[in-house]
This record gives sequence, C-alpha cells and structure tokens, in this order.
Amino acid sequence: MQAIVVRGLRKSYGSTHALADVSFEVQPGEVFGLLGPNGAGKTTAVEILEGFRRRDAGEVSVLGVDPERGGRHLRQRIGLVLQECAVPPLLTVTELIDLYRGYYPAPRPTADIIELVGLGEKSTARIKTLSGGQQRRLDVALSLVGDPELIFLDEPTTGFDPSARRQAWDLVRNMRSLGKTILLTTHYMDEAQQLADRICILRHGVVVAEGTPQSLRAATDGRTRVRFTLPAGADLAALAPPVTVEDGVAWLETTTPAQTLHDLTAWALARDLDLADIEVTRPSLEDVYLELTAHE
Amino acid sequence: MSDAAMVAHQVGYEQRSFWRNPASAFFAFALPMVFLVVFASIFRNTDVEVAGHRVAYNDYYIPALIAFGVMGACFTNIAVSVAVRRDSGILKRMRGTPLPAWAFIAGLVGSSVVVSAVLTGLTTLFGIVAFGVHAPAHVPALLATLAIGSVVFCALGLGVTVVIPNAEAAAPIVQLLLLPLVFISGTFFTIDQGSLPAKIATYFPVRHLIAAMQSAFDPAGVAGDGWSTNDYKVMAIWGLAGLIVAIRHFRWEPRHT
Repeated sequence: MQAIVVRGLRKSYGSTHALADVSFEVQPGEVFGLLGPNGAGKTTAVEILEGFRRRDAGEVSVLGVDPERGGRHLRQRIGLVLQECAVPPLLTVTELIDLYRGYYPAPRPTADIIELVGLGEKSTARIKTLSGGQQRRLDVALSLVGDPELIFLDEPTTGFDPSARRQAWDLVRNMRSLGKTILLTTHYMDEAQQLADRICILRHGVVVAEGTPQSLRAATDGRTRVRFTLPAGADLAALAPPVTVEDGVAWLETTTPAQTLHDLTAWALARDLDLADIEVTRPSLEDVYLELTAHE
Repeated sequence: MSDAAMVAHQVGYEQRSFWRNPASAFFAFALPMVFLVVFASIFRNTDVEVAGHRVAYNDYYIPALIAFGVMGACFTNIAVSVAVRRDSGILKRMRGTPLPAWAFIAGLVGSSVVVSAVLTGLTTLFGIVAFGVHAPAHVPALLATLAIGSVVFCALGLGVTVVIPNAEAAAPIVQLLLLPLVFISGTFFTIDQGSLPAKIATYFPVRHLIAAMQSAFDPAGVAGDGWSTNDYKVMAIWGLAGLIVAIRHFRWEPRHT
C-alpha cells in the first residue's frame, strides 16, 4: 500500500488557485521531494496531508487514512517539521523531548533521539541558548519522538548556511536509514537531488514534472549547451546557429554539437576572435528545474 | 497514558514555562505581592466603611488583592501565553501531535489554578502575619470562590485570545480590558456603591470575584456562611460566554497577513 496517495487535489484561497488538480503517490520507505518556487503550492499540499487544511476537491490518503478524519490515531503515526521552527525557548532539550514523549503510545528513548540529531552535548541546555541550526535539529528531533512511519519536512533547510545544510542532509539520510517514509518540500533542486528518491515539481499549483532525478535529467538527453562571452563588436548575424545573448554572454543549445562547434569556430577564426571562455556542457538538473518553473 | 496523567503531564510543562518566564512570573506573581506590601503598609492604620460596617482597610484590601492576583494568574497569563505561542508556531506544532485539544486546555487551566492557589495562600498568610488581617472566616466559601473565579477567568482568557491579533498586542489589549474594571470595582479603594462607575462594575465579573472573596473573608461577620450565590452566577455567565467564544473561534495558527 502507498504511504501517500493524492488524486485530483484542488485548493483555492478566494480567487487564487493554490492547487489545481495535483496528483502524486509516495511509496513506503522512499524520500519524496516536492519541489517548486515560492507560491507553487508545496506548503498548501503538505498542510492538507498533515490535516491542518481542508481540501476543496480530490482524493487524499495518508497511511491509508483521510487526514481530515484521521484525528489522534493518524497523528500518532506521523511526524511533522513545519516551515517555522517552533520550540519553546525556556525548556531544556531533554525536557521538551520528554514532554513530547508523553503524547505518543510508544515513544523512542530520549537519549536515542538526542543522539540521532547530534544534540548530545546540549541535552541540559535551555533551548533559547541553542543556535538556529541546533533549534531546527531539535525541531526535527520532535518529529521523531513518536517513532512515526511517515515524516513531513517542510523546507527544513531554508535560511541555513552551507555547513548547516550538509548536517541537515545527513540527518535526513539517517531518518531514511531508519526506514521512515519522508515527504520533503524544498525550493532547492540540489537538495532534492541529494536526498530524494523521486521528485515532483510544482508550478502555480500544477505538477510540471515527476520522476527520479535520473529520469528528470533524461529530459536533457541529446541537448548540449554552448556558452561564451560575446567579443566586442562581434557580428552575430553572420553566425549560422542562432544564439541567445544575456548580459553579454551568448549561449545556444544544440542536438548536433560537432556541426555547431565547427560552424562557431569557423565564424570565430574568420573574424580573429578566440572565444577564450567557451564552455560546452550538458544542461544540469538545476537548468531543467529553472526552465520548468520559469515565468512566462 | 490515562487522561489524568496526560493532564498532569501538561500542568507540569505549563508550570515550568510559567515560573521560568520573567514576564509571566512578574505580572502574575510578583506584582500582586508588591501591591500587597505597598498598599497594606500605607493604609495599615486606616479603616473603611463597607455596607454600613467599619472594617480595617487591610481586611477589605487583602481579599480584593487576592481576586486581583487570580485575574492575573488566569486571565492575563493565559491570554498572553496563548498569543505568544500561537505567533511563534508552538501551538500549531502541538496541534500536529496526538495531544487532544481538551488536554492542552486543561493543562493551561490547571496550571493557572495552581498559581492562583499559591498566590491566595501566600497573600492570606502574609496578610495575617505581617498586617494583622483576620483569617478568612469561611474557608469552604473561600475555596469555592477561588475555584470558580480561577476557572471563569481562565475561560475569559481563552476567549479574549480570539480578538488578539498578534503577540505584541496581547499584553496591551488584556490590560486595557482588565485595569479599568479593576479600578471601578474597588480593588484598591472602596467605591461609592451609588456612583456610576460602581453601577457599571456590577455588570462585569471583576467586581463579583472581589465581592465573593470579601464575603468569604467576612471580617465583620455579616456574610452568613460566606457563600455568594449571586456573584457566582454573574461570573458563571461570563465564564460560559468566554468558553463559547473560545470553542467557536479559537485559533492554533497565527493570523495570516
């Protein structure tokens, strides 16, 4: 049975369609990345799955249960990390974890949880003395207290510096190795690529692409990108392959790189240009993402 | 975990949060204690007339101050702490756990009742030992008044969170609602019962908690067994109104801007 099934999900706020006909499935034990720019509908979708929002239409099942009717029993089986880090400042790390342990029928041992998120040295510290990254890890720890089958991570690394992001990624990998199913939202393609088994890209409340990182990247198969700084006074009109110029950088995409490079170098040699910084690359997943989510 | 154990668990959390928070511990606890020492010292040798009987100022003032303390520990404390936690996302996060809403509310109310009881005990003891106040004449009525007053002002504190837009606005709104009533209800000085402010005060629960406390202490020995059925009724109506508003409109998440 799938961990999450979403079919034809719709949600509007007034005349804004936050979600317009979204469908996806999450398999048990996988990390599923819901990716998209701000306003794409990621958080709306996750909050419907978490039971915080009601949907306008569509079918939703979380661990086999409709989250609008799941109540306490469903909440015992899921763990949440919300977009806003929300930990009470005046308790200690251990006290907060013990508080949350009281809410679940079979909680993990306190020391285990603290170890999992790497806060061992801070276990008796007041939460307000922790750094932002440490507070976020504590927030993640709370989602693990009830030993849930499924964990929602809503933009867990937004605002992190690069080293804090790496630590958070390791933490997500730890959670995955415990056998948890994880639904992760992010607006960073590299994060989804690092962590997710499958990625679903949302834009304006619609799924624009879905698949494994490899299959998404296959969309670029056969395309090669050539970039170079446009030399001053260069006469582009005489160049056979059409190029796009942005901020003094010319680029083009081609499915016949040998012929294109031949034409380009012939053009450059004829004009005594050396194209010193020329790059020939395959588009990255990041490029795919930016194309899919670009504004019209 | 049984329901009782779950509520005890929440009360423990609320107690920790309360005593460690300088703002709540100050407004709800230290402030009534300061008022106790200041006013009781200034007016210790004066007396006031209440319903045709002369009583020492402190015999009048101590029960009123206890009522004031209960309002701070329940109404102010709950309204402010809910608004702060709602804004910071702590309430939403708790809503995502299996903890039932009623158990969360019971923990808040239970903890406020504990603070009220401690304040009542300390103020009474301090009044007797340091300011020669008469011991409360009717202890069962005192306990009933304490219980009813605490629960009613907790319900009002929950209800008022509905009109508080954000954490910064919580304390000003609560004080703006509470302090004028505290003054016209005769907390610090007796008010001529025929005057307009005193008449207005009779429609609000503040005056009735003070009156019920004074009947339970009953220094002049005129209040029978100290029960104040009418005061309890008015308070109960207000408490019920607060509860209904809270049940219908309580928000676990910050208001979206």
